[in-house]
Amino acid sequence: MTTAHSLAAEALTLGYGDRVVVESLDLVVPAGEITVIVGPNACGKSTLLRSLSRLLTPRAGRVVLDGKEVHRMPAKQLARTLGLLPQSPVAPEGITVLDLVGRGRHPHQKLFSRWNSEDDVAVAAALEATRTTDLADRAVDELSGGQRQRVWIAMALAQQTDLLFLDEPTTFLDAAHQIEVLDLLTDLNHSRGTTIVMVLHDLNLAARYADHLIAIADGRLHTAGTPAEVLTEESVRAVFGLDSRIIEDPVSGRPLMLPIGRHHIRPGSHEWHHVNDGQS
Amino acid sequence: MSAAVRPALVQAVARSRRRRASRRGLVIATLAVLAVAAFAVTLMAGQTFYPPRDVVRVILGEQVTGASFTVGRLRLPRAVLAVVAGFSFGLAGVTFQTMLRNPLASPDIIGISSGASTAAAIAIVSLSLGGAQVSIFAIVSALVIALLVYTLAFRDGVAGTRLILIGIGIAAILDSITSYVLSRAAEWDLQEAMRWLTGSLNGTAWEQVLPALVALVVLTPVLLSRARDLSAMQLGDDTASALGVRVERTRITVIVAAVGLIAFATAAAGPIAFVAFLSGPIAARLVGAGGSLLVPAGLVGALLVLAADFAGQFAFDTRFPVGVVTGVLGAPYLVYLIVRTHRAGGSL
Ligand SMILES: Nc1ncnc2c1ncn2[C@@H]1O[C@H](COP(=O)(O)OP(=O)(O)OP(=O)(O)O)[C@@H](O)[C@H]1O
Ligand SMILES: [Mg+2]
Repeated sequence: MTTAHSLAAEALTLGYGDRVVVESLDLVVPAGEITVIVGPNACGKSTLLRSLSRLLTPRAGRVVLDGKEVHRMPAKQLARTLGLLPQSPVAPEGITVLDLVGRGRHPHQKLFSRWNSEDDVAVAAALEATRTTDLADRAVDELSGGQRQRVWIAMALAQQTDLLFLDEPTTFLDAAHQIEVLDLLTDLNHSRGTTIVMVLHDLNLAARYADHLIAIADGRLHTAGTPAEVLTEESVRAVFGLDSRIIEDPVSGRPLMLPIGRHHIRPGSHEWHHVNDGQS
Repeated sequence: MSAAVRPALVQAVARSRRRRASRRGLVIATLAVLAVAAFAVTLMAGQTFYPPRDVVRVILGEQVTGASFTVGRLRLPRAVLAVVAGFSFGLAGVTFQTMLRNPLASPDIIGISSGASTAAAIAIVSLSLGGAQVSIFAIVSALVIALLVYTLAFRDGVAGTRLILIGIGIAAILDSITSYVLSRAAEWDLQEAMRWLTGSLNGTAWEQVLPALVALVVLTPVLLSRARDLSAMQLGDDTASALGVRVERTRITVIVAAVGLIAFATAAAGPIAFVAFLSGPIAARLVGAGGSLLVPAGLVGALLVLAADFAGQFAFDTRFPVGVVTGVLGAPYLVYLIVRTHRAGGSL
């Protein structure tokens, strides 16, 4: 089991060049839970995730892990506690799945130390958890988008960190594989207590899998809390500029967002919601 | 997930890992044996053949009539410089190619070798400097060119394509400066000119070899200690940082060390054409993608220079400097790479 880690951002201001992207944001990542960050394109989700994992130095404010500022911690030590799968990682030409997953062991290896059996166990476990065992000897650039995504997740798992950040881990995946990846991360959270923070674009999957949901709009925290508290018709309108209807997901009991566009709305559909409610 | 990993799977992973490691070890050992063999042949064979016994006695410092001069003064420094320069170019070349994730991003393509070469030519031909001063001139110039190419290519991060195109342009400017300097010099001969244009080992003396050898001994461990970090950086800067690599610090260390290797080797032997560019891809073919290519590429470079120099001296009716031979080998590969990247959609 992992130890509980406290991670928080305090008055975080982030930017690139002279552009400020995130402004004085306060945030707490609950230990041992699954936190999902949602928000429209370019609102600063990836920027925030990069800063929480020390990849981007804040303009102001700080990120505190277990009472220590992450930007002052030794890089390798932090990398044994906190892992990140970026939004668009690159695989070197011709590298095999096994080699790529093996690179996740980097923070556990000393300068000239040899590969050891602990590394083999970690890699095998990561392959098995992501069901990529059969791909182990294939070249990564020959895989389908979905297979490649699972391989990258395997690399992050091989790092065996107590906190795991993932930037849009379900892009490129079909519906079944999206669920598989989210189930896998939930398993990891349940069995090892791994704290997971991820960015998802699918609000319904976010509400389904999050213990803690954070909505970001334009570089500011809009709301944070349980999915039921955060995924409301008002917040969807405020954050995404989208009209919607929220009903109870009959499968999970969590909120389910039905978007309302300009087309395919059947007459009197706003009553449909209430009719349906009455039946259940 | 760590609940229970199937032992059979762990063993399969370990086996596959060991198979790769032993293939790598085999390739490195074979390359090393070949390099030693080529080195020995270079010392023995030539206009006159000297048996291994004579060669060994010369190396041990004994006086052997004929051999002491031919082997000790002519062939030995030349062969040592072939190994030192070849290893330096191969190692520095693959370092750049790995770091910038592009086989075209080799120091002899993007102007760094040209920077060292132009500076060395100016120092020797125009300023009549020698020895360590030439090396210092070459390394400062190579670092300045590296910085210049990097700065010109920098716009919200360095994009590979822009860096390569700018580097090729700067290399062309520098090469024409070298030609100009050589054409203005009164007493230069063709041999000397060829050294700074394509690289040559003709007339190598020990005082030329020594600075390059010292640089190799000092800088190789620096690069090898960063081999793992470089492998992580192939996955992109963000992934590498997430794996605990200090990306900026590593990049600067590695650039300075690799540029140093290039500059010292170039000050001694000239920019031996395409060795830096070819060694990495050849090594990658031999050991496969995945593991670090630093040592294999260094060995390939040493072997290339030894073999090309020997061929240049004895395989044809006229004697060619080593750079002409490696140039003939490297040019088709450059064309192939450019054609291939064009097919792949135009971006490098
Ligand atoms: N390296 C960078 N340099 C300059 N600006 C950047 C950089 N990375 C991101 N930005 C800018 O910062 C803003 C926020 O980007 P970010 O990638 O954090 O958005 P995001 O919420 O993750 O979007 P998406 O949902 O599309 O992934 C954008 O306007 C983007 O253009
Ligand atoms: Mg993003």
